[in-house]
Amino acid sequence: MSTPVLDLARVTVEFPTDRGRLRPVDGVSFSVEAGKTLAVVGESGCGKSVTALAIMGLLPQGGEVGGGIRLGGEELLALTPDQRRARRGGEMAMVFQEPMTSLNPAFTAGEQVAEALRLHQGLSPDAAFAKAIEMFARVRIPEPERRARSYPHQLSGGMRQRVMIAMALACRPRLLIADEPTTALDVTVQAQILALIDEMKRETGTAVVLITHDLGVVRDHADDVVVMYAGRVAERARAADLFANPQHPYTIGLLGAVPRLEGGAARLASIEGTVPDLMNPPPGCRFAPRCPFAIARCAEQPPLAEVTPGHQAACWRAPLDTLLEQAA
Amino acid sequence: MSATAAPVAVARGESPSRRALRRFIRHRLALAGFLVVLTFVLVAILAPWIAPYDPIETSWSRIRRPPSELYWFGTDENGRDVLSRVIWGARASLMAGVVSVIGAVLIGVPLGLLAGLAGGWVDALISRIADAMLSIPFLILAIALAAFLGPALENAMLAIAITASPVFVRLARGMALDAKSTDWVEAARSLGNPPWRTAFVHVLPNIIPPLLVQSTLSIAEAIIAEASLSFLGLGQQPPSPSWGSMLNSAQRFLETAPWLAIAPGAAIFVVVLAFNLMGDGLRDALDPRADRR
Repeated sequence: MSTPVLDLARVTVEFPTDRGRLRPVDGVSFSVEAGKTLAVVGESGCGKSVTALAIMGLLPQGGEVGGGIRLGGEELLALTPDQRRARRGGEMAMVFQEPMTSLNPAFTAGEQVAEALRLHQGLSPDAAFAKAIEMFARVRIPEPERRARSYPHQLSGGMRQRVMIAMALACRPRLLIADEPTTALDVTVQAQILALIDEMKRETGTAVVLITHDLGVVRDHADDVVVMYAGRVAERARAADLFANPQHPYTIGLLGAVPRLEGGAARLASIEGTVPDLMNPPPGCRFAPRCPFAIARCAEQPPLAEVTPGHQAACWRAPLDTLLEQAA
Repeated sequence: MSATAAPVAVARGESPSRRALRRFIRHRLALAGFLVVLTFVLVAILAPWIAPYDPIETSWSRIRRPPSELYWFGTDENGRDVLSRVIWGARASLMAGVVSVIGAVLIGVPLGLLAGLAGGWVDALISRIADAMLSIPFLILAIALAAFLGPALENAMLAIAITASPVFVRLARGMALDAKSTDWVEAARSLGNPPWRTAFVHVLPNIIPPLLVQSTLSIAEAIIAEASLSFLGLGQQPPSPSWGSMLNSAQRFLETAPWLAIAPGAAIFVVVLAFNLMGDGLRDALDPRADRR
């Protein structure tokens, strides 16, 4: 097995607050290989976006990262801020959730794509702009010449997200982080953007970290999945395994809450209770207070343990198969 | 698609600066203000050619003559032509206004961007100094600084530049704080922009409209400040003409020779009004929310 492009080892993120230290990410480990997509799934506030910002080195002021983040074998946390900045945009890039506001209103779309090339490849303004037009064509923007000269307010949301992807991929980064890239878009445009990311991944061999709360997206576009709950990894598996054989009660809850076309008008399951307060998390398994299968031992933190090869769950009761049969 | 889409795209494709220009021209008072300012600028530049007399040449034979065909605005207590002095005085006033505001922008905007984007103790330090300066009345501070630097037009301009800079610190800081939380600044950082480049290449172009409006209004204020300093003898030094110093010498003859005060006073009033009208018009023209009405 080759070295993974991105390797997170027990990453923690902490913020000092007036009430003490807040730890939105607590011991998260995963890795992504070149040309693969890893989906990070979880509800709002589970730490998935904070993890992404920690990888990019873009945490808000005061955020402290612990553990290890390796990009192509190089430990990012050991680099100086300047060295990390040089990696951003060149070796790793990010696509944000809100295409409507992620482009600078004062510049044309083409200039913004060209900027990445000027910063990291030292191209002249003209050469960079010409290459930006090429990138526009590659991300399937019609009339790339004219669109490159358009201002962001003249472009639709889907078009802007394509520009963001062109910006992110202009310098052929080894890692692309897409933080809910389609949440703000129409459903039809969503599918196009995700297909584009897949296509670009195949073309360039970029490793993709796809952050989402949409399990339908995970099913269709991810190779591997990490399910996060309250700042910790609940389950980690190949995408197909996860859907066929979920091994964490939280994942089962999530899957039950996805509407399906087949199967008629079955009631959608909801997960009782609310996400724990991260300032004051429950001891042991953080899902235990909401878990139908909780037992006394859940007051201790379960390790992320192998259930089947390549499939890990942080649950004392895994494998859950017999429990599920009893419940059914 | 392209056949029908093209004309629409052209209308929508109007660049922000063109749209602002179109709106500014439609704004009649603003346009009038701009034309008056332009006239004064031309008068100041062309002073050596259009002034009918030497502004500092005295003559005992024509002291305090009332306005006449020969001396349109009359002559002063030293027999100098008031019109020529007002024309030459436009140089001092406009230059003081423009140069000191450029100075204020150069001092204030970088500090404001730094405060807004860096935050923390840097922000606290810069903001408190700006607050402290703003708590002293504008003219008092300008007079104190000018007196400290010594009486000369250059020193008056420097004093006004320093006094006017806190407004720009505050403005740039506020706009930078707004910009800092936007997604496009985050995106710029994610592309590997160093902090200074984020500030000057990404944030600065987005705050130019309000800076332009504030600059125009500040020029009006700076012209009054220069006139006040010159009135007090802290600006343009005699015998070089300046509207402020002309008003100073005119006050002794207010009852016997009112024309001495009327011409420079009117000049100050008209220029300041014109800059203010222009600033208001720019504000309306550059406001992106004023679109599609």
